[in-house]
Amino acid sequence: MEAVLQSMNLKEKVLLALKEVTDPEISSISILDLGMVEDVEATDGSVVIKALPTFVGCPALHIIERDIKKAASEVDGVKEVKVDFVFSPSWTTDRITEEGKIRLKEFGIAPPPANHVMGEPWSIDCPYCGSSYVTMENIFGPTACRSILYCKSCKNPFEAMKPVADMN
Amino acid sequence: MNEQEQSALIELIYQLGDDDFILAYRGSEWLGLAPHIEEDVAFSSISQDMMGHAAMYYHLLEELGEGEADGLAHLRKPEAFRNAILLEKVNGSGTYLKKPDYDWAFTVVRNYFYAVYKQIRLESLRLSSYEPLADAARKIITEQYYHLMHWELWFKQLVTSTEEAKKRMLSAVGKAWKDFGGVLTLGPSYSEMVKGGFIEDENLLKKRWLNRIEKMFVETGVPPQGEPLIESGNGRKGEHTQDLADALTTLSEVYATNPASGW
Repeated sequence: MEAVLQSMNLKEKVLLALKEVTDPEISSISILDLGMVEDVEATDGSVVIKALPTFVGCPALHIIERDIKKAASEVDGVKEVKVDFVFSPSWTTDRITEEGKIRLKEFGIAPPPANHVMGEPWSIDCPYCGSSYVTMENIFGPTACRSILYCKSCKNPFEAMKPVADMN
Repeated sequence: MNEQEQSALIELIYQLGDDDFILAYRGSEWLGLAPHIEEDVAFSSISQDMMGHAAMYYHLLEELGEGEADGLAHLRKPEAFRNAILLEKVNGSGTYLKKPDYDWAFTVVRNYFYAVYKQIRLESLRLSSYEPLADAARKIITEQYYHLMHWELWFKQLVTSTEEAKKRMLSAVGKAWKDFGGVLTLGPSYSEMVKGGFIEDENLLKKRWLNRIEKMFVETGVPPQGEPLIESGNGRKGEHTQDLADALTTLSEVYATNPASGW
C-alpha cells in the first residue's frame, strides 16, 4: 500500500481521500459516486476542488464543503484546499456511478432511472424486493432530492432519488 | 458590457432573486398548516428549493460587486427590493404563530401563475448573454420542472372540484390578476436588459404566459380575465406594501441580532 501511495500523484491521492467523504444525508454513498466532484486541480500542494451541488438549496452543502476540506487537507503534501461549487456542467442523476446506485439501495433509496428524459414517465423498482409494483405517494420527500413511494409487493414504504436530467 | 448594461443586468438579477426569496418565505409560513401532511412535505421542499434559487441569484450579485449575499438577503431596506408586490402579499389574516387564517386557494393560484411565468422566464434566461446567469437558469429549471407540475395539478383539481372550491378559486384568480401585471414587467430599465441580451422582450414573455394560462382557463372553464393589472404598485420600481416590511423584519430577526449566524 505504501508503495502504491508513493507512486500516486497528488491529484490521485486527493481523489482517494474524497472516496471517504459521504453525503451527510445518505451516509452510504460517497460524493464521488454521487457524481458531485467535477474536477480536482493540484499544483504544488494547493488543491482546488470543483464540486457540483445536487439541488441548489441543499442545506448539506456547507457540511459537504467542510468534509471535503478536512479530507483533502489530511493528504500528505497538501498545503491548502479550496472548494468551488459550480453550476456548469449541471449535476444530473446520470452522474451517479453503478457503485453509487448499489450504495443508494443499501440505504433504502431506489436509484434514479438511467438516461431519463424529463417529462417522460419513469419506472422505479423497490430497493428491498425489486418489484416494480409500486405507487408514488409524494414526488417530494424528506430532502430535496428524494420522493416517497410505497411497494405493494413487500408492503414497505421507501424513497427514490428524483431523476434530474439536463433540459437543454 | 458597458456601465448602463451592467446596471440593467444587476437590476434584473435583483428581480429574479427577490421574487423567489419572498415567495419562498410566504411558502415557509405554511409549514405545519398545509391541507394535509403530504402537502406539508411537498410545499416545504418547494420553498426550500426556491430559497436556494434566491441565494444563487444573490451570489451572482455578490460576484457583480453588490456586497455579500447574506447581507443582500437580510439587511436591505424594503425599498431596495425589486420583487413584484403580488408575491409579498400575506397568505391571509393572522400569522403562522397566531390565528393563521390562510387562504389556500390564493396560495395555489399565486404559485401556479408564478411557476408558469418562472418557467417561461428561465427558458429565456438560459440563452442569456451573461453566461453565469444562463448557467444558473439551466440548473434551476431542472428543479422548477417539479414545482410547476405540482402547482398545475393543484390548480386543475381545485378549480374543477366542488362548487365551494370553484368559487374560492375564481375569487383568488380575480385577486391575483389585479397584480400579476407587476410580475410580468421587467421594470424601468427593461430596454437595457433586452439590448444587453440578458433576457427577451417583456411583451414576448407576457404573451407566452397569457397563452399558457388562457389555455388552462379554457380547459378548466375559468372565464377570460382580460389584461393583467398592476393595481397595488410596481415592485420593480421599489414600491412595496407594509406586508413586505413586516416579512423582512421577521425574516432578518436572527441575522440582525447576530450577523455571524448562517442562514
